[in-house]
Amino acid sequence: MPIKISKADSDERLRQKVKEISGENFQRCYQCGTCSGSCPMTEQMTVLPRRVMALLQLGQKEALEELNTPWVCASCHLCMVRCPRGIDITRVMESLRQLKLRQNEDQINPSEIGREDIEKLPQIAMVSGFRKLTS
Amino acid sequence: MKISYYPGCTLKTKAKNLEASALACLDLLGVEYEELPRWNCCGAVYSLSDDDLIHLIAPVRDLIRVQEQGFDTVLTLCSMCYNTLARANDLMKNDEVKRGTINDFMDEEPDYKGEVKVVHFLDFIRDEIGWDKLKNSLKNPLEGMKLAPYYGCTLLRPENVSIDKSNSPVVFEECMEALGAEIVKFPGAVECCGSYQVLGNPEAALKVSHNIISDAVAHGAEAMVLTCPLCDYNLGHRQEEMLKKYDDAGALPIFYFTQLMAVALGADPKLCYLELNQNISREYLKGKNLLEEVSA
Repeated sequence: MPIKISKADSDERLRQKVKEISGENFQRCYQCGTCSGSCPMTEQMTVLPRRVMALLQLGQKEALEELNTPWVCASCHLCMVRCPRGIDITRVMESLRQLKLRQNEDQINPSEIGREDIEKLPQIAMVSGFRKLTS
Repeated sequence: MKISYYPGCTLKTKAKNLEASALACLDLLGVEYEELPRWNCCGAVYSLSDDDLIHLIAPVRDLIRVQEQGFDTVLTLCSMCYNTLARANDLMKNDEVKRGTINDFMDEEPDYKGEVKVVHFLDFIRDEIGWDKLKNSLKNPLEGMKLAPYYGCTLLRPENVSIDKSNSPVVFEECMEALGAEIVKFPGAVECCGSYQVLGNPEAALKVSHNIISDAVAHGAEAMVLTCPLCDYNLGHRQEEMLKKYDDAGALPIFYFTQLMAVALGADPKLCYLELNQNISREYLKGKNLLEEVSA
């Protein structure tokens, strides 16, 4: 997926917002790809974590809004403990989720969860899932 | 010795087999405990946004309850509760600004500065009981069992709350070894089961759980032990789905480690609530002559 880079396309507000919510300086990322190599969920991701960091550095708002990466992330923190630049990538993913959730764009609808699933799922699955995927 | 005990929501319902077996172990090891009065849900996941402090109120309230109860340490069993409480505690101890905001917000509660110590059952047994005492208390050593201890994420990451070395943990292996079992080490032991993605992306969660089970089987495990009710759901209760979906899927008995510890210490098997485990788990124990009747 080639992308055209120009200053006009770079969304400074998005970069500031992600820094503010995550508290992380993603500009430190030097694109080594350890996060992508560590992430257990990559098979289902349209774009791997390393590339998310690159898109953020370039302020590519539209490209970031389309990808599913933050919604497949399970917050397992493997990327965080392995990042040689000390970036908490899990927090960066959380901030990308928050940007959508804070506009009431939920990823799951609790009322669509089947009765059978509700009876079987442990409470921590429901509480954590709703915390991460709904506003 | 007496300790405060925080159960959390799942242990009172879907994971009775974790709670009852763990408490049976504490009784047999001579540990006195008192359930935290008026405990509330910890929130299950720690807030990862810098500007979101409201989700810290629930775990901090629990920690304040521990102080009110008159204890300086709180024991957890569920890995997710452990992680959430320990991280909230760490923040209250080290982040002066956020601590101030949270304490001001909860003006009906006494100020809290992270004085309580949050421990998990595994590091509690290691640090307060010791492997030697555990070995000496065995009635039915788990001899001839090849067990794969599965840590998952929340006991080990991030590093500031890890119960052992985050990248090369040994506490779980040492514990099961002390119980007499043969240990199967496998790389998937520290990987994620898919966690809450069971709601958002159930197929993705199933795939990573399948990878973990396959990895343990390939390394020669006869059964897996774990500590978290969500891992138990993804890795254990979803095995039927795995068997249907993946041609190379193998079934693996799954236990909470406290269930096998309770069996090894000679607790009443009823307290293990094995009827909440998969059939193959009960069959496995029966095959090892550690369970007389296959109930339920």
